[in-house]
Amino acid sequence: MLTLILRRLLTAIPTLLGVILLSFLLMRFAPGGPFDGERPLDPATREALIAAYGMDKPLMAQFGTYIGNVLHGDFGPSLIYRDFTVTELVAKGLPVSLTLGGLAMVLAMTLGVGTGLVAAAKPGGLVDRVLGVLSTLLTSVPSFVTAPLLVLLFALTLGWLPVSGWNDGAVPNMILPVIALALPVAGSIAKLARAGLAGALAEDHVRTARARGLKPLTILFRHALRPALVPVASYAAPAAAGLLTGAVVIETIFALPGLGRYFVQGALNRDYPLVLAVVTLYAALIILFNLLADLVYGWLDPRVRE
Amino acid sequence: MKLPLALVALVILAALILPPLLPWPYDIIDWSAVRAQPLTELHVLGTDSVGRDLLARTLVGTRVTLSVALAAALVALVIGVAWGAVAGWAGGKTDEVMMRIVDALYALPFMFVVILLMVVFGRSILLVFLGIGAVEWLTMARVVRGQVMQLKNRPFVIAAEAAGAPSFAVLLRHVLPNVAGVAIAYLLLTVPQVVMVESFLSFLGLGVQEPMTSLGILVKEGADDMDMSPIGLLAPGGVLVTMLVCLTIAGEKLRDRFAA
Repeated sequence: MLTLILRRLLTAIPTLLGVILLSFLLMRFAPGGPFDGERPLDPATREALIAAYGMDKPLMAQFGTYIGNVLHGDFGPSLIYRDFTVTELVAKGLPVSLTLGGLAMVLAMTLGVGTGLVAAAKPGGLVDRVLGVLSTLLTSVPSFVTAPLLVLLFALTLGWLPVSGWNDGAVPNMILPVIALALPVAGSIAKLARAGLAGALAEDHVRTARARGLKPLTILFRHALRPALVPVASYAAPAAAGLLTGAVVIETIFALPGLGRYFVQGALNRDYPLVLAVVTLYAALIILFNLLADLVYGWLDPRVRE
Repeated sequence: MKLPLALVALVILAALILPPLLPWPYDIIDWSAVRAQPLTELHVLGTDSVGRDLLARTLVGTRVTLSVALAAALVALVIGVAWGAVAGWAGGKTDEVMMRIVDALYALPFMFVVILLMVVFGRSILLVFLGIGAVEWLTMARVVRGQVMQLKNRPFVIAAEAAGAPSFAVLLRHVLPNVAGVAIAYLLLTVPQVVMVESFLSFLGLGVQEPMTSLGILVKEGADDMDMSPIGLLAPGGVLVTMLVCLTIAGEKLRDRFAA
């Protein structure tokens, strides 16, 4: 097990470096730089600024310096938010995004697996078919449509919840963003859980359990659920990626001070260090989730452990 | 499967035929009817916050979104089929390396790479679909590779090779035509995927630019103005959701048919 983790972490390093290099080069070859504003700068000032940020050195040297700094936890100064370092901005935004994403993940898992359980109890029945259509509906409605609709209904019409804002993580402010973020993922999980359960319920060991006269609920939870969750676990990494990208748009709609908003702002303003840091962080998170998914996978299904 | 496809066809026909027939074009401001309610003075769905006809904008937006989606899905199809076919046909080390690349790319936060591309190379509509197509081909490559691997050992392929046909010709003439069905099913499933990415980018202001419009932009405008007139959000949102749901259902049905 330990060697598996170590090996996966070792292969993660080149992937991560590749991502950083790719986005680094892309940002540097972009037309226009952080010092091109509406008012042209005095050439001497411009030179001085470029030299101060080390942007006159060869590309590979800049990349080397950058990697070295990152290893010390220093992502450089933000070029747009002048008084902040990128590390400070990330430290402010990350907790918001993680809270949001974590809660959405829990909600999506609960909703998805629950729906899958109910649907698989009687495969082909009316409930199953209705839930199947519902899951398809959930997966195909993007969160940037659900979010405004939820706001329209619960905030503007009914007035139960606030329209937007973070308010230091007050619970009412979090309800709508978390739901909007979780629904598409919940739909996919419901489909996977249902398919997994239907497959598991048809297996020999379940038939044996039934023949021994165990209660249907015991069979469902003790014998069928664990193997049925294997496809759900392998979906955890794409789900995490989906939540991260969804968070970008949700944070924009609800005006939440998370990482995704900084990313969009940084991208629109060519704030290289900020964008690089966020992309690196996202890539690292997704790799981490892939690793976790593999570990859970092995725990759920002993056959894949070798 | 018939109902969803019929709905999609209906929306496409409306988007293609109706706009020139409407009394108001999508980009002209009706100063006398700003934010008009539905069914006022020839504005069937009313007007938006600056007085442009909502029905015309929704139809034109649908057209733009669908053309971008179709073009991007075709890019994905070409790259995916080529990559998957070569990997599956070559086998061995080549296959290993090519599929490892696909695995590695799968693990990346793609939306961010697309956003980077948009930011770096400017926001042209051409780049929107090239960028999206370039990242949506991974599933296609996997599926096509699997199919090619299966077909490789079928008697008719072995016979063609034994008859002395060049390897590339066998792949092109005998293997790929048999992959077409599954590829089309996945093409149908890629389209809603791409529609979603395009609307997502446009929603953030990184995709299609004014005065052109797309469903993503319209949803964004509608959301910004929904406290004044909810129809601005509901009309484009409704069309977008209908397209996504119908295409997904049709694609899944088709895929299941070919998988069985």
